[in-house]
Amino acid sequence: MLTINETTIEDTFAEAFPMTAVRLIVTAETPSWAQTAAQVTTGYASSVIGCDAEAGLERTLGPDETPDGRPGVSLLLFAFNRDALQKAVVNRVGQCVLTCPTTACYNGLPMIKEKAIRIGGNLRFFGDGFQFSKKLEGRRFWRLPVMDGEFTCEDYFGTIKGVAGGNFLIVGATQAAALAAAEAAVAAIRQVPGVLLPFPGGVVRSGSKIGSKYKKLRASTNDAYCPTLRGQVKTALPEGANAVYEIVMDGVDLSSVETATRVGVRAACRPGVLRITAGNYGGKLGPFHLHLHKLLAEA
Amino acid sequence: MIHLRYHGTTSIPVEAECLTPDNLAGKSPAQIAALPIQYGNASASLGDFFSVEGDSADKEMVIEGDCDRVKRIGAAMASGRITVRGDVGMHLGAEMTGGDIHVHGRAGDWTGAEMRGGRIHVHGDAGCLVGAAYRGGQIGMRGGVILIEGKAGNEVGAHMRRGLIAVVGDVGDFLGVSMIAGGVFVFGRTGPRPGAGMKRGTLAFGGDMPGLLPSFRYDCDYRAVFLSLYLRQLRAWNFPVHDRLFTGSWRRYSGDLIEMGKGEVLHWRET
Repeated sequence: MLTINETTIEDTFAEAFPMTAVRLIVTAETPSWAQTAAQVTTGYASSVIGCDAEAGLERTLGPDETPDGRPGVSLLLFAFNRDALQKAVVNRVGQCVLTCPTTACYNGLPMIKEKAIRIGGNLRFFGDGFQFSKKLEGRRFWRLPVMDGEFTCEDYFGTIKGVAGGNFLIVGATQAAALAAAEAAVAAIRQVPGVLLPFPGGVVRSGSKIGSKYKKLRASTNDAYCPTLRGQVKTALPEGANAVYEIVMDGVDLSSVETATRVGVRAACRPGVLRITAGNYGGKLGPFHLHLHKLLAEA
Repeated sequence: MIHLRYHGTTSIPVEAECLTPDNLAGKSPAQIAALPIQYGNASASLGDFFSVEGDSADKEMVIEGDCDRVKRIGAAMASGRITVRGDVGMHLGAEMTGGDIHVHGRAGDWTGAEMRGGRIHVHGDAGCLVGAAYRGGQIGMRGGVILIEGKAGNEVGAHMRRGLIAVVGDVGDFLGVSMIAGGVFVFGRTGPRPGAGMKRGTLAFGGDMPGLLPSFRYDCDYRAVFLSLYLRQLRAWNFPVHDRLFTGSWRRYSGDLIEMGKGEVLHWRET
């Protein structure tokens, strides 16, 4: 049995699957407005079980890292396919970036024309005929007149096949210990480029299983890990466990999710954490299997 | 790399539209020297005016000498790179669709006229009608980039439809006359009547504000974010852009209202 800092690492694996991803570079006059745009654009985007996309802040960007030399943020958004992603991104940029003071929005991924989604080109109609486009080095930018000046948005955004659903569970002796470990894991994972944590603060408390006793529900509470149900169901909780938090990660590639899992698990192995495990569906859901023991051995 | 050294002394124009990397690729120096050119009203060979040496396979061409009487260098080129160490005559890179031309000297009139793509970088002055439409033509430059580190003459960007022209120094009269779209940046002074008859497009002035025709109307003072994209790209092309242009605001005018009125004139202002 593998242990790190007296925390047991279960010999299991997380099961991840491919999803289409886009990276938005959103800039604004101040870091604060860029953060505001990031917050609202990535809101209600925790899981494609119930949202149009999974989204999150990848990292903040300094003025020397953005196309227009202003402070910005890098956002990652994932959806099941390009059509769904385009629809979600057009809606989110249209409602949350276009409306946010001083912002502009640019593509943050390499462009392959056949795999691109059209964002600025769909939002341009808001300009009601007063929109301009500018083409520079093969990239087209739409300029929409708005009440504080102009909203600049790139026409096409590149997409890639990312990896979604990377996860691990932190089983703690107390809620406080489990939450502190989860926070430490999130802080460590946020240093890994190309990874987003779509859930609130990067942490999930309502882990789910597939299906439900109610036919309409696609997912329901993961009763095996609910401490209040220990006496009623076949529990997966070890003795002394009283709280579990799950960390869910999406990444631009398998390597980034593997790195995030590795640093996250290591950071989560703290006093009061009894066990680290991972969620899978017996290998039937996704082609990517992130074996905890193997990943941690590689470190 | 193929190396051409100009040894002509004539004041009669030499039309050397054969001088493109595409045309020279795969030819030996002797074959290149035998290429026909027009010398005044007579035919001549390239070798009568240029010594040729090197290998042309990589589409890299270097021309040395004062070629200010040699017209149409790089005209209609589609790829490759031409570096000229000296002055060049009229129609440099006219109608080109791709590739790069660097001139370490002056360029004549009609530089990049009706060009569709590629980039021309003139490190000295340029003449009139840069990126313009030929007389009788409807549309000038349709794409590509022309960078001029010195001054330029009259009717720069006349009838242009797409692409970018940037001039560090002063420009003459009728800048962007009858412009259809595209962008012209001028960091020096500008002669009278810029943008006369322009339909769309952008004229951006980083230096003195020229007198505008009464058919232009003031819009606002604002932070033009898209200009930062251009200014940063200009720097990436090693084109000199003053730091102050990245700060401050831009005063915007719409015009020419006797045409569509969807053109814009932007003038940098310190705030």
